[in-house]
Amino acid sequence: MRKKVREGLLTSPSFVWLCLFFLAPTILVVVLAFRPPDPYGGIGRGWTLATIRSLANPYYLAIAWRTLWISLVTTAACLLLAVPSGYTIARASQKTRNFLMMLVIIPYWTSFLIRIFAWRSLLHPEGLIKKALVALGLVGDQASLLYNSGSVILVNVYTFLPFAILPLYAAAEKFDFRLLEAARDLGAKPFAAFRRVFLPGIRRGLLTAVLVVFIPSLGSYVIPDLVGGPSSEMLGNKIAQRVFVDRNLPHASALSVILILAVLAPLAVVLFMQRRKGKVEINLSEGL
Amino acid sequence: MRRSRLPFVVTAAVLVFFYLPIAILVVNSFNASRFGGSWQGFSLKWYARLLHEPEIWTAARNTLLIASTVTAVSLVLGTCSALALHKFAKSRLQRAHYLLIYTPLVVPEILMGISLLMAFVAAGIHLGLFTIFLAHVTFCISFVALVVLARLQDFDDAIIEAAQDLGAGWWAVTRRVLLPMLVPGLAAGGLLAFTLSVDDFVITFFVAGPGSTTLPIRVYSMIKHGATPLINALSTILLVLTFTTVTVSQRLSRSPLREGT
Repeated sequence: MRKKVREGLLTSPSFVWLCLFFLAPTILVVVLAFRPPDPYGGIGRGWTLATIRSLANPYYLAIAWRTLWISLVTTAACLLLAVPSGYTIARASQKTRNFLMMLVIIPYWTSFLIRIFAWRSLLHPEGLIKKALVALGLVGDQASLLYNSGSVILVNVYTFLPFAILPLYAAAEKFDFRLLEAARDLGAKPFAAFRRVFLPGIRRGLLTAVLVVFIPSLGSYVIPDLVGGPSSEMLGNKIAQRVFVDRNLPHASALSVILILAVLAPLAVVLFMQRRKGKVEINLSEGL
Repeated sequence: MRRSRLPFVVTAAVLVFFYLPIAILVVNSFNASRFGGSWQGFSLKWYARLLHEPEIWTAARNTLLIASTVTAVSLVLGTCSALALHKFAKSRLQRAHYLLIYTPLVVPEILMGISLLMAFVAAGIHLGLFTIFLAHVTFCISFVALVVLARLQDFDDAIIEAAQDLGAGWWAVTRRVLLPMLVPGLAAGGLLAFTLSVDDFVITFFVAGPGSTTLPIRVYSMIKHGATPLINALSTILLVLTFTTVTVSQRLSRSPLREGT
């Protein structure tokens, strides 16, 4: 009995706080999607399906689709870069390993606004990269490196790559590299050994990496806002516009519900795969 | 056996990719030229000009005020949470508790921002420094809890049992054994909460009201309005601060969370 009381005392502060400021507000967003707006930028009385219906519109479909493909390309590019990085770091000596991980972690913690800004000035018409490319004759004087889907994907990859390297490194570190040598001894070509022995061996890390890049990328808003243009707007931008420009909170809620569903879908897929295989356990906190 | 050089080359390229933009930004903060494309001599004028921007100083004061109170509150809440998760690991309540601590880490920031905004609007709470404080504590709890939990899982519970066997009461065990062992974890968790609070933009932007500008919000509007060289200088100062904080916290924590072991 006393144990129960002590457990309750220790658990309740964070539990109650998160119920009040995380769980309840999330439920509220879903509920508000069914309320009409009021003319003062608040929430009106009564219930309506009009907001949800207004989303069944090719315009929003195009934005949802763009959000999806930008996130998919970002995730694929991150994996392509993060798998070799995780592999190299895991095979280095202990001292080099700690140093390299430190190098990966530092950009992870620096303000992401500053990192986006750094890219914005590099890609700027007066910036270094633009000047270098023009000097090399690779792009014309009028070409714009900013404000398109390409720049959004580039900065997305830049921002989320550390998220992918951390779990892949964690998985590669536990991998027994003698298995690769055994595969080679048995006649596998280097790439075949990598693909058929190493990749399945770090499956858990791969899954975590996909989730920790794909999910935040779906919710990207500042990146398309600062380096993207009207043709590369994502769901997050629309949500922000409904809040800050149009002040239509129910509409912002309805758009958020789509985002919530988009975030839940990959999580559900992973949970389902776990159920079936029973051993692909993932731990997202490896991505911290 | 000869190994392929490709992974090594990719890793080197990734590190260059990570640091080049930041390095150029820092170098440009000392560039006399308005534009980053050309070097026109070393100058500290952008730093000097920062001194004459009262809005930046107000924003800095707000940021520090929020970050310090957020750190204190989320340390208490996060530590209680970690102790509960560690001590009663298998109970049903703790499973729900873990899920509640864990989910905020996965949810995109914009969702947390908008849902908190809706909650504050619905509850009629005036948007300002206080709502920013509430929002920051909400996402910092999870980070503190997981860092402290990792520390707890590292140490030997037998030490606590030994203390109890030797006659130490609940309070003595907490104060003389548990807390001293937890100090590095608490310091690491606190520094992370502080950094997260100082750096957060998305959630803050949603729940900030007029007159409650923080540094990231100030930086954002400067980017939008194109005060480029000043941002370089301000960013360099913030980068140095973050770099120091993260290095210290890494030294202190050595937790499996971020070491990946």
